[in-house]
Amino acid sequence: MNIYKLGIKNALSNPLSTMLSIVLMLLSIGLISLMFQVTRQLDNKLAGNIRGIDMVLGAKGSPLQLVLSSVLHVDAPTGNINFGEAKKIARNPLVKQGIPVSYGDNYKGFRILGTEKSFLELYRAETEEGRIWEKPFEVVVGALAAERLQLKVGSTFSGSHGLMENSAEHHDHHPLTVVGVLKPTNTVADQLIICNLESVWLVHEHGHDDHGTESGKAEQGEEPHEHQEEEGEHPHEHDEGHDHDHEHEHDHGQVPDEDREITSMLIKFKNPMGMVSLPRMINDNTNMQAALPNYEIERLSTLLSAGSRAIAFIAAVIMLVSAISIFVNLYKAVRERKYEMALLRTYGASRGQLLLAVMVEGLVIGITGFLAGIIFSRLGMLVLGSYVEESYRYALGNAGIMKEEIFLFIFTVILTIFATIMAAVPVFYLNVSKILAEDD
Amino acid sequence: MIKAFYIFTFVTYIKLYDPMIKTKGLRFGYDGEHRFNFPDIEIDRRGYLLILGESGVGKTTFLHLLAGLLRPEAGSIRIGETDITSLSQRKQDRFRGKHIGIVFQKSRFVKALTVEENLLLVQHLSGAGQDRDKVREILERLNIGNKAGARGSNLSEGQKQRFSIAAALVNNPDVILADEPTSSLDDKNCRVVTDLLREQAEQTGASLLVITHDHRLSSQFSNSIRL
Repeated sequence: MNIYKLGIKNALSNPLSTMLSIVLMLLSIGLISLMFQVTRQLDNKLAGNIRGIDMVLGAKGSPLQLVLSSVLHVDAPTGNINFGEAKKIARNPLVKQGIPVSYGDNYKGFRILGTEKSFLELYRAETEEGRIWEKPFEVVVGALAAERLQLKVGSTFSGSHGLMENSAEHHDHHPLTVVGVLKPTNTVADQLIICNLESVWLVHEHGHDDHGTESGKAEQGEEPHEHQEEEGEHPHEHDEGHDHDHEHEHDHGQVPDEDREITSMLIKFKNPMGMVSLPRMINDNTNMQAALPNYEIERLSTLLSAGSRAIAFIAAVIMLVSAISIFVNLYKAVRERKYEMALLRTYGASRGQLLLAVMVEGLVIGITGFLAGIIFSRLGMLVLGSYVEESYRYALGNAGIMKEEIFLFIFTVILTIFATIMAAVPVFYLNVSKILAEDD
Repeated sequence: MIKAFYIFTFVTYIKLYDPMIKTKGLRFGYDGEHRFNFPDIEIDRRGYLLILGESGVGKTTFLHLLAGLLRPEAGSIRIGETDITSLSQRKQDRFRGKHIGIVFQKSRFVKALTVEENLLLVQHLSGAGQDRDKVREILERLNIGNKAGARGSNLSEGQKQRFSIAAALVNNPDVILADEPTSSLDDKNCRVVTDLLREQAEQTGASLLVITHDHRLSSQFSNSIRL
C-alpha cells in the first residue's frame, strides 16, 4: 500500500464521477486525435496524387469537379474532349508532358482507366507481378484493387458501364485480362484498373452498337474476337503516330485517334510560366477548360477547414469541460475526505503526500481518458476508413502515433495536473486539529 | 573499571525511569478569550494516566498539543528524548507517525481501502516498512482478523472501535493517546474497551494517556487527574 495505490483506489471508489470525467476526456481527445488523423491522411493522400500534375485539361464545367474526377478519381467527369485538340495543347512548348486519360467503366466499383504508360511513371507504379499491358483488353491492376477484387495475373473480368458499382449494364462481350499487378504506391494508382486508351474506346464503340440493337444477341458474341485481332497491332502504330504526323493515324481503323474522345489530359509544365499563360488561353479560346489541381484542392481545403475548425472548437470546449469536471469531482472528493486527509496527517503523511494522492487520482482519470480517446480515434478511423473505401474506393491507412498526439498527451497531463492542484488547494489549508475535534 | 560500570548502570537506570511524557507550563489559546493553562504531567514508560474533565475545558486541545497537532503558546512537551515543540511541522508529522498512536473518539479510516490496506497505509506513512504479518497479528489480537478484507464502513460500531485501536498500535508506538474512546459505548463495552486499551498498551510496551469526560473510567484507572 502506498500513496499511488491510495490515489488509484480513491478514483475507483467514486466510479460514477470518475467515469463521467473519463468519458468527457475520451470524447475531446478522440475528436481532436481523429481530426489530426483524417487531416494528415487526406493531406498525404492528396499531395501524393497531385504530385506531378500541374494542370488538368477537360470538358467545360466545374474545375473542382474536373480535378476530383480526373486526378483523385472520386467524382463523375465533366464530359469528354476531343483527343486531337488535347494533343494540340500538349504540343505547346511550355508543356513537358500530357497524359490522356479516358474512363467511364468500373468493375465492382473500381474504376477502369484508359491511359498511356506514362501514367504509371507519373505515380512511380511498378509491376509487382506480370507485365504492363501491350494490347487492348489487357489491364494492370493497382495493389488495393487487386487485393479487394481478388484479381491475379491471368484473371479475366468484364467491366460495367458507369462509375458506380451497381450499374446494370455490363460489357460482358469484352472480357478484360489481367496481365500485371502493381506494387502499392499509396496513390490513386492503387485503386485503379489501368489499360490503354484503345480498350476504353473499343468497349464503348460496341457498347453503343449494343444500344442500337438490343443487347445480348447471339451473333455479336463473335465480334470482340474479330476486333481484338483487327486492333491487335494498333498500339504499336499508335505510339508512332504520337511522335509523327497525324496523316499516319488517319490510315488505320474506322475512327482516327484525332477524332476520338478522351475524358481529360493530365499536364505537366516545363516551367511555371505555363501556369500563368496556358490555362487562360485554354479557357478563353477553346471549348475545353483548364483546372489547376493545387489551386482547386487548396480551395477545397479552405472550404473544409471551416468544418474542421468547428470540430476543433467543439473538441476544445469538451476538453475544457472535462478539465472542469475533473476539478469539480476532485474538489468535492477532497472536501468529503477531509476527515480521511486529517487522519492521514496524524499518521505522519505530509501535505505533499496528500497532494500526490489527489494528483494520482486526477492523472488516473486524465491518462485513462487520453488512452481511451486514442483508441476511440483509431476505431473511428477504421469505421471512417471503411466508409470512405466503400463509397470512394479510397483506402485510409493508419498513421500510427502522431507527433501532434504526443503534444496532446503532454497538454492533457499539464491540464489535469493544473485542475488537480486547484482542487487540492484545501489540502494545504487543512486544519487537522480542528477537523478531528469536530463532530460530523 | 568497576566505577565506570556503576556509572553506566546508573545512567541506564535514570534513562529507563525517565518519564515517557513530560509537559511543563503548557499554555494554548485559540483566540484572546479562550486561553487554557494545562497542569504539568508525567507518564512513565508503560505507565498510564487518565485525564478527566467536562466538555469545554480543553481536553481535546491538550491531547492535540501532546500529539503535535497544535503548537503551544508557551511551555514544553518532551516525549522520550525529544522536545516536540521545537520540531518543524514536517518533523512533527514524522515523529507522530513513528512514535504516537492516536485512538479517536469517532472511528475514522480511509473509506476506499479495506481494513488491512488501511493499516498497511498507516505503516507506510510512518516511514517504517510494511509488514503484513504484523497487521494480521494485531487484527487477530483484537478479534477482527476475519474482517481484514472488509471495508471499514461495513464494520459494526464495536468492530470499528477495535479497528481504530489497531491503527493506533500498528507502528508499535511509544505513546498511545486516546480521545474519549468510550463515550458512545454502554457500560459493558466501556469496560471491554478500557481493558483492551490497557492490555494492548502493555503488550506493545507503550505509555497510555486517556482523555475523557466519562466518569465510569475513573474507577478503572488508579492514576488520574482532573482538568
